[in-house]
Amino acid sequence: MRKAELTMAIVMGIFSLYLMWKSTELEIGWIQGEGPGGGAWPFWLATVMLISCIFIIVNWVRKASPPSRSAEVFMDRGTLIAVGLVAGSLIVTVALFYVIGVYGALPLFMIFYVRFLGRHTWPVTAAMATITPVATFFFFDIALKITLPKGLPIVEETIFYPLYKIFL
Amino acid sequence: MAEILTLLWGGFLVAFQPLNLMLIIFGCTVGLFIGAMPGLGSVNGVAILLPLTFLVPPTGAIIFLAAIYYGAMYGGAISSIMLGIPGASTAVATTFDGRPLAKQGLADKALTAAAVASFVGGTISVVLFTFFAPPLAHVALFFGAPEEFSLMMLAFATFVGLGGDDIAKTLFSICVGLVLSAVGLDIISGEPRLVFGDIPGFMRGINFLVLAIGIYGIGEMLWTVEENYKAGGKSMLSKAVVTVSRTVKNLKELLGMWKTMLMGSFLGYFVGILPAAGATPGSLMSYGIAKQIAPDPDKFGKGAVEGVIAPEAANNAASTGSMLPMLTLGIPGSPTTAILLGGMVIWGLEPGPLLFTQNADFVWGLIASLYAANLFAVIINVAFIPVFIWVLKMPFTLLAPIIFLLCLIGGYAPTQSMHDVWLMILFGIVGYLLRKLEYPLAPAVLAIVLGPLAEPALRQSLLISNGSFEIFFTRAYSAPIMISALILLALPLLKLLARQMKRKRSQA
Repeated sequence: MRKAELTMAIVMGIFSLYLMWKSTELEIGWIQGEGPGGGAWPFWLATVMLISCIFIIVNWVRKASPPSRSAEVFMDRGTLIAVGLVAGSLIVTVALFYVIGVYGALPLFMIFYVRFLGRHTWPVTAAMATITPVATFFFFDIALKITLPKGLPIVEETIFYPLYKIFL
Repeated sequence: MAEILTLLWGGFLVAFQPLNLMLIIFGCTVGLFIGAMPGLGSVNGVAILLPLTFLVPPTGAIIFLAAIYYGAMYGGAISSIMLGIPGASTAVATTFDGRPLAKQGLADKALTAAAVASFVGGTISVVLFTFFAPPLAHVALFFGAPEEFSLMMLAFATFVGLGGDDIAKTLFSICVGLVLSAVGLDIISGEPRLVFGDIPGFMRGINFLVLAIGIYGIGEMLWTVEENYKAGGKSMLSKAVVTVSRTVKNLKELLGMWKTMLMGSFLGYFVGILPAAGATPGSLMSYGIAKQIAPDPDKFGKGAVEGVIAPEAANNAASTGSMLPMLTLGIPGSPTTAILLGGMVIWGLEPGPLLFTQNADFVWGLIASLYAANLFAVIINVAFIPVFIWVLKMPFTLLAPIIFLLCLIGGYAPTQSMHDVWLMILFGIVGYLLRKLEYPLAPAVLAIVLGPLAEPALRQSLLISNGSFEIFFTRAYSAPIMISALILLALPLLKLLARQMKRKRSQA
């Protein structure tokens, strides 16, 4: 935990410096007749971020904040695997949106989560994998007219064009 | 007085026409469900259903939209409490104590408290609206850029002064939110700003929902995954039962908190009528003050019912309040009222002081319908509490993928861009790591909402004063607000000094 606290403060400090540098792409001083330049607001805020990070590091040295005193492990192996699997499956699901669309990726995500992470029975898994995409389609695509990504054009043309014809 | 009551009676006759009454009930129900969806708030509801209103006369149309607005304000609290994801920016403050309550198995108590507080806040503000509309519209006219900025400062200062978290981390969180809100096109010069890696998606800026759903949706769920893993896979999102006797007991307890409700309602109403302030800063300030006046402030953030009541009373009161500048001045107090205003213009109604005399039927019909909308919204809301509780009883591993799905769609829906979905996942993971290190994240979400209002207010003020910060201290309305903000900011420092003096004295 102690190491993580320091690492995060340093990473965020560097991020603040990057933001300060990025803000200078616009004028950060006073422009006659226009007031403060467009970069001034983010520049000074990033400066405050940097100062805050320095204080977090000072507190770390003085052991003044709870995480800087904690001897606990920031993330043990099991937590890393549990959280990593979920985060990873989300990333893969979103990446699949481009190829097979929301309605292709969603059942796969449900099968992975409900069957393999949740260890539910196959009937429960099958129910989740069919009900959620169908409900989503009718609520968002049809009722609210928010078209969700359908993936490659071929997927949309063969599967969804006939559905649009019926329901829209 | 008598004249107002006659006009109000006339308004009730309009509101209780069968068609209008149906529209109120339908609007409240639709609004409740849209508001309860993470990522969809009253703005989405009103925007999506605006075209439907062309089928009915203008009075019916605005009554319908106002009912959706009201329903959604009630609904926003539901996802804040049940899932810990604020349904809209106005419900951010509700998560602070609503979520802990739900985790302790008291979701029914939190939901009842939210519904009742919303009803009290809404009703008090409609009464205030009825009697003080014209004089208050006059005060609002004096609010310029310096006053607006001072008000924002006060909202942020509440976090630093009353937050109780690590000051450096709170400050960091506020500034991150504000910087993220500055991404996109510079509002004044129109130049692209902070466009990371020249990715075109950043030109549009970062929608607050992307950060809010990232942190409260994805980040919170990852956190729950960790807790679930540590608990051996047995934890549930919340366990709660609803019975009539429990509800009666909850309602009785709420009676003892009338002070917090009144405070939230009045504060919310006054903040709501200020142009460009609206319900979000109102609910936050109300939370801060409730914490300060409470006998045991330490309970806040860990499941204090007052922490749900205060912001909920305030945000409903503010949503009524924000209709006032819209009707009297044509200045919307919130994004939703901006859409309502757009609707009024389409229906051929000119907002402004003359509206009250020329279209009295319309104005008073709307005001009367607000009374009715409040009543129906609270009834519908309480009736649905068992349904919401039932949803929470699902095993975590079934509910979690559904919430992830709602997050992904909620991030995608407002802009329909995959860029936002990726950004949301990034915020979720970083937010999760920051949360583990006890960085408070609520200030960042509020900052990204208020940033686009605060920056132009500051720049316009400085332009007026030619670069001098004195402008915030020399104007009659701005000075007291700014000074209170600075006192709040200095509060932690003063506390620290006092503690050190005490220590020195005890050593000597």
